[in-house]
Amino acid sequence: MPPETLIDVRDLSKSYRVHKRPPGLGAALKSVLRRKYELVQAVERLSFRIDPGERVGFLGPNGAGKTTTLKMLAGLLYPTAGEVRVGGFVPQTRDPRFLQLITLVMGQKQQLLWDLPPAETYAMNRAIYDVPRAQADETVRSLVELLEIGDLIHKPTRQLSLGERMKCELVAALLHRPRVLFLDEPTIGLDVSMQAKMRDFIRDYNERYGAAVLLTSHYMDDVVALCPRVVVIDHGRLIYDGDLRELARRVRPDKRLTVRLAHPVERADLERLATVVAAEPAQAVLSVPHARLQSVVRDALAALPIVDLTIEEAPLEEVMRELFGAQVRAPQA
Amino acid sequence: MTALLRAAKAFPTLLRVGIAEVVAYRAEFVVWILTTNMPLVMLAIWHAVAADGPVGRFDQRAFTAYYLGVLAVRLLTSNWAVWQLSMEIRDGTLAAKLLRPIHPIVALAADHLSALPMRALVISPVVAILMAVAGDRLLRHDPLLLAIFAASLAGAWLLIFFTMVLMGSLAFFVESAMGVFELWLGVHAILSGYLVPLEALPRWVRRAADVLPFRFMLGFPVETLVGLLSRREALLALAAQWGYAALFAALALRVWRSGLRRFAAFGG
Repeated sequence: MPPETLIDVRDLSKSYRVHKRPPGLGAALKSVLRRKYELVQAVERLSFRIDPGERVGFLGPNGAGKTTTLKMLAGLLYPTAGEVRVGGFVPQTRDPRFLQLITLVMGQKQQLLWDLPPAETYAMNRAIYDVPRAQADETVRSLVELLEIGDLIHKPTRQLSLGERMKCELVAALLHRPRVLFLDEPTIGLDVSMQAKMRDFIRDYNERYGAAVLLTSHYMDDVVALCPRVVVIDHGRLIYDGDLRELARRVRPDKRLTVRLAHPVERADLERLATVVAAEPAQAVLSVPHARLQSVVRDALAALPIVDLTIEEAPLEEVMRELFGAQVRAPQA
Repeated sequence: MTALLRAAKAFPTLLRVGIAEVVAYRAEFVVWILTTNMPLVMLAIWHAVAADGPVGRFDQRAFTAYYLGVLAVRLLTSNWAVWQLSMEIRDGTLAAKLLRPIHPIVALAADHLSALPMRALVISPVVAILMAVAGDRLLRHDPLLLAIFAASLAGAWLLIFFTMVLMGSLAFFVESAMGVFELWLGVHAILSGYLVPLEALPRWVRRAADVLPFRFMLGFPVETLVGLLSRREALLALAAQWGYAALFAALALRVWRSGLRRFAAFGG
């Protein structure tokens, strides 16, 4: 493995044996005597590399194998085949030096002690990770300041709101200053402003400590704000690995032209220019092929009562919908 | 730094945080302890039986000493690791513990040991009554037996803990690890001396109890405490108890290790 590679995944596969039975008492009784199992291929020959300091979005529809992959990278699951190295370690050996190197934050799960204030979890993690007291105090102080949770860490966890708990959770997960952050839906259930704060915090940590970040999220805003690179999987297989904007361009080559109008116009006037995505009295959105962008903008400015105009890539949600739709349709073609 | 040294360094903090948790759960904890009342029920029954004359070596005071001893030893050595472990394996919450650079079983042990100070506080009235009622029957005059008793308490705790870890780890393989535990609990109630002093059981049952591990979890420390064993008998039993503890520790770790390979961490 080249020295700059922090996470190296080669031909990684994971399959589960799952007990299947139809509903009903008869099926339940039958399953006592004879069980039927089905092999589920969660991840299939997945390969990618991540360097120190990279922020990578790990995308895919539900059941694509994202969380399974993260769990294999964190050493929780044994791969069925293939190889993984994180910081030079094989995760499944759970070498303490490896565990010191990583953290896995799962938005729906928590490590905070429920009936005690988060400060107690921090004290416990300091001891478990053998972090010198001065360093731990400094890390907690700076993280608490960044996340603005000074008053919260001495309140019992059960009395905190979801957003407050998630922020306290992040401090617990980062107390040992990991160099690899596996973040599985870290902003799930948070309101928009809290999500934005979390994103700022993750970027700040990444820049401050040069940590690599592998992020899964169903909020595409998280991915757009944090991840210049994305790894996309579906049915456990790699679909794309590269620049996020390039992915958007490749899947949805058309640009989005949004025009704010001084007064309403006929829909036919808009359709003469390009494909209409949305038309409202004061605003319209057009989908324009990249090659025709200049001429369409020129024609629009000449033909429409435009007060403002913006050109953007297609939203990532649409890109993903298009991408996974194509993947589903492909085998039928 | 070796894993063991790391665990040893972290242990005092784990204990301190564990005690803080026990204190946070204080009402629930006391209620849970009060549910261990079977020895008092059995004491009432045998006390009445012995009113007409002793049962073997047991007169009324001997029964009082025995069952108060059972209550105290049970409260000091029992633990709930099997519930915790099987639940964490089934619902995937074990995942969070596997991510920390300390063996989850070490953390589990600290968690359960941290309940001991509170338990000692709760059983102190039981011990006071025991001393008042049958102080002269206790082993306190023989320093060697006293030392064996102390070692047998530690041995019983270890044996029970690793048995719990062994049965809890079965949840990696089967859906009904708790069913296995329920079965074990039934046999334990008879063969450990929890319900009836082993001396009062038929000879063949007693023989079985002498070679099976259950007696060493409870009956042996209590018998030592209330002066039913000679020094030689107590030493032999102590060796057997620690042998069993080592055997169950090895078995538990083996099952744990092979179970981890199957851990699916669903939901965790």
